[in-house]
Amino acid sequence: MFAAIYIPDFPVEAIVRAEPPLREHAVAVIEGMPPLVHVVAVNEKAADAGVEPGMTKLQAEERLSARERSSEREAAAHAALLDCACGFSPRVEDTAADTVLLDVGGLERIFGPPAKLARDIARRCSELGLEANVAVASNADTAMLAARGFPGVTVIPPGKEAERLGELAVDVLCGARAPACAESQTGEGASATQSLELLDTLERWGVRNLRALAALPEVALSERLGQEGLRLQKLARGATPRPLVVAEPPLRFEEAMELEYPVDLLEPLSFLLNRMLEQLCARLAARALATNEIRLKFVLEITEACQIAELSNCGIEENDATNNSAIPQFGNSAVFTRTLRLPVPMLDAKVFLKLIQLDLQANPPQAPVTKIWVAAEPAEPRRAQDGLFVPAAPDPERLELTIARINKVVVPPDEKNCRFPGDSSRNQQSFSDNQKCISEPRVGSPEILDTHRRDAFRMQPFSGAGAVARSAKRVARVSEPGTRVEDPRHSVTALRVFRPPLVVTITLRDARPAHFACPDRPAWRGSIVWCAGPWRSSGEWWTEQVWSRAEWDIAVQNEEGVAVYRVFRDEIAGKWFVEGSYD
Amino acid sequence: MHLPRIVPASSLEDRPQPAVVLTGIEELDALTGGLPRGALSEICGPASSGRSSVLLALMSAMTRNHEFCALVDASDSFDPQSAAAAGVDLRRVLWIRCSKKSVVEGRRSMAIIGKNAALGHRPSAIDSVEQALKATDLLLQGGGFGLVVVDLADIPAAAARRIPLTSWFRFRRAVEHTPAVLAMLEQEPYAKTCASVVLKLSAISSQFSARLQAAGCGLQENQPAHAKVLGGLRITAEVVRSAAQGKKPARSTAVWKSRTAWAG
Repeated sequence: MFAAIYIPDFPVEAIVRAEPPLREHAVAVIEGMPPLVHVVAVNEKAADAGVEPGMTKLQAEERLSARERSSEREAAAHAALLDCACGFSPRVEDTAADTVLLDVGGLERIFGPPAKLARDIARRCSELGLEANVAVASNADTAMLAARGFPGVTVIPPGKEAERLGELAVDVLCGARAPACAESQTGEGASATQSLELLDTLERWGVRNLRALAALPEVALSERLGQEGLRLQKLARGATPRPLVVAEPPLRFEEAMELEYPVDLLEPLSFLLNRMLEQLCARLAARALATNEIRLKFVLEITEACQIAELSNCGIEENDATNNSAIPQFGNSAVFTRTLRLPVPMLDAKVFLKLIQLDLQANPPQAPVTKIWVAAEPAEPRRAQDGLFVPAAPDPERLELTIARINKVVVPPDEKNCRFPGDSSRNQQSFSDNQKCISEPRVGSPEILDTHRRDAFRMQPFSGAGAVARSAKRVARVSEPGTRVEDPRHSVTALRVFRPPLVVTITLRDARPAHFACPDRPAWRGSIVWCAGPWRSSGEWWTEQVWSRAEWDIAVQNEEGVAVYRVFRDEIAGKWFVEGSYD
Repeated sequence: MHLPRIVPASSLEDRPQPAVVLTGIEELDALTGGLPRGALSEICGPASSGRSSVLLALMSAMTRNHEFCALVDASDSFDPQSAAAAGVDLRRVLWIRCSKKSVVEGRRSMAIIGKNAALGHRPSAIDSVEQALKATDLLLQGGGFGLVVVDLADIPAAAARRIPLTSWFRFRRAVEHTPAVLAMLEQEPYAKTCASVVLKLSAISSQFSARLQAAGCGLQENQPAHAKVLGGLRITAEVVRSAAQGKKPARSTAVWKSRTAWAG
C-alpha cells in the first residue's frame, strides 16, 4: 500500500504556514519581474473572489492584496512535508515540491488501518501548518492522482482504482510524469510539455474524465498519441505499479522569513521567532529528534555607509556569499549571527525562545532586522534514567534558563559579547579574525589547567546531567604534585584568592619580611609575626607570558587579630603582591 | 477535676526533624549535628578564622554524595586548587563570579537599536552584593542543587549590614521545603532569626600569645624561614544559635586543626 500527501495551492500554503492568520483571508501569490508580474497561485477564497492564476498583479490587487512568492518559505514547507512523511515511513519519495509518496505496506500494526493512517498523516501535516490531501491506494501513482483530485482523506481499496479515479478530470494527470530514473533533466521538461499537449488533444476529443480516457482503445490511442498516451491511459486505469524512488532527504531543519518591513523591537521579533521555533520543534519531533544547537541569523538594514563600521565593531559580519552560502544574497546588508549551544539535546520551543530573548537582550543587533533565518542542528534525544538512591540533578531546561538569567545579572556590559572564548561553547557570537574574545566567563565550572602557574584555571560550561553521566565516583584531583589529600576527615586549609593580586608594601629585615601594608586596604597593615619562605617558581620562559616569583606565607598582626596571607614578589616586575589569605 | 491539656497552636503542626548534612569535620559535626536542609545557616568570622576551610569540607562532602553545589562568590575569591585538594568534584560545582564592576541591568523596553534603548528607561547599576542576592534568588527558584553557598566573607561589614531583612526572609522561605542547604559565609551574622544555625569561627589570634605559640599549628618558631612551612590553622567554632538544639545548646564550642594541602 502507498500513501500520497499533496498540498494544494502550494505557494499559497507555504506563505500561510508562516502567517496562520492569513488562512481566513483570500490570498494570491504573484511572481515575476515588473511589469510582467502575474498571479501563480490562489487559495479558495481568492478564487471565489474572482482571482485566478495568470492574472496580472493589477487585476488581482483590485480584489485583494497579493503576496510575493517566497522560495525560502516554500523550501521550509517542503522540508516540513518530508519530515511529516518520514515520521510514518522510512521509504519516502520526494515526487514534487507539493507531493510526497510513502510506502505504508506492513504498517497496519503500528498505525492501524489505512483510513486511520491517512487521518493521522493529515493531522500531523496540520500540526506542521500544512493543509494536505492524503490518499492511500495499492499503487503509488493511483494514490498520487487521488490525493490531487479528491480533497481531504481518500482510501481506494485494491481493485477499485479505475472505478474511483474515473470521476476525476483529465487535468489531474498534468504533472504526473514518468519516474525520474527514466528521464534526463531536459527530458523531464519535454515530458511535461508533451503531457500538456496530449491533454489539450484529449480535451478537443471530448475526453473530460479519466473514465473516458481509460475506455479508449489502446491500439488506436497509441497510434495517435504514442507511448505517452498509453502511459496516461494506464494512469487513468490505476494500473501502473512501480517502485518508489526513495530519496534520503538531508536532515536540515531551517526556517526562514523575510519581513515586509524592518523590525527594530525585540517584542515583535520574539513573536516571529516563537512561531519559527515551534515549527522547528514540531519537525524535529516528527523525526524523533532533538537539538543541541540553534543558529540564528538576522539580515540587518543598513541605511548609511558609516553604520557599517559601527556594525563591524559590534562583531557583525558584512554579508559575504562565501560565508553565508546557506542563505540567499541580500545585496548591501549586514548579517547578525548568534549561536545557542545547549549542554544536552532539548526540544522545548519555550525554553529556546527564552534563551534567545535573554541573549538578544544582552547582545542586541544594532540595526533593524529585515530577514530572519533559524536553523536547528539535529541530535539524538537524551535518555536519562534516574536512580532511586542517587540525588536528582538539576533539570537541564530549567538549569539552562537559570544560568542565562544569572549571566545577565553578573556579566558587565563590556564583557557581554564573550562567554566561552576559544572553543565551541554556548552563546558565543561569531567573530571575524581580527576580533578576539579575551574576557573570562563568569558562570560555569572551574577546570584546573595543567601548568605550574598559580591560579591557572578555565571556566567550563556547567551541565549537571553531563557530570552525573560521566562519573558517579569521587574523582581525586591534585593541586600540585605530591599533595594529594587521602584522608577526607581532615579539613584542608583553604586559600581565598584576590583577583587580581593586590599590590602590597613589604619591609624586609635580614632578608625576611618584617612589615606588611596594603595601600588598597588600609586596615591590612601590621608587623609580620611569622613567615615561611621563599619558595621560588618560574615558568613559560619560552613565551611572552614568562613569570617568576618568590612566595612567602606570612602571619600579620593587625588591629583585628592575626591574619595569614600568601604574598609573593614578582621577580620580573620587582613588586610585592598579596595573592590571598588562608582562611 | 483535671483540666484537659491545652495544646499550644505552635505545636499543632507536627514538624519532623529536618534532615542534616555533615560537613565531614568530626568535631564540628559533633557540635552542630550537621547543617540542616531546607534552612539558612551562617558561618561567620574574621579573616583566617577557617570559614573557607569549613566551606570546602562541606562542598567535598556534598559532591562525594553525588550532589551539586552552587557557589555565589561575591568577591570572586574561590580557589579551585584548594577545592580540588580538599576533594571537591569541581564538575559538580556551579561557580558564579560576581563582577566587581557595576553591572547595568538589561533593557526591559525590548529595544534593539541603541538609540531606542535610551528613550524613557534609565538603567541602574548594581554592585556585587546585589548581584549575589539576585543570583541566589535565581538559584533557589531554579532548584536542583543540594548546596547553595553565598560567599560574602570579603564584603565589608558596612555594606553587608545594608542587606534588607526582607532578603533574608525571602531566602528562608525560598529554601524551606527544599532539600537544599543554604549557607552564608560572612564576617558577622546578618540574618538574625532567619538563620537556623549560626556558627562563629575565631581567628588564630585568640589562641596565641604575642610570641606565637607554634606547637598547636605547625608554625615552627626557632627555625629559619626557608625551613618553615605552614601546617594549617587551628580553628575554634562556637554555636551562637541552633534551632534544632534550642536557645541554649548544651555544648557550644569545638576546636580542630585544618591542614594545608602540602602538610604531611
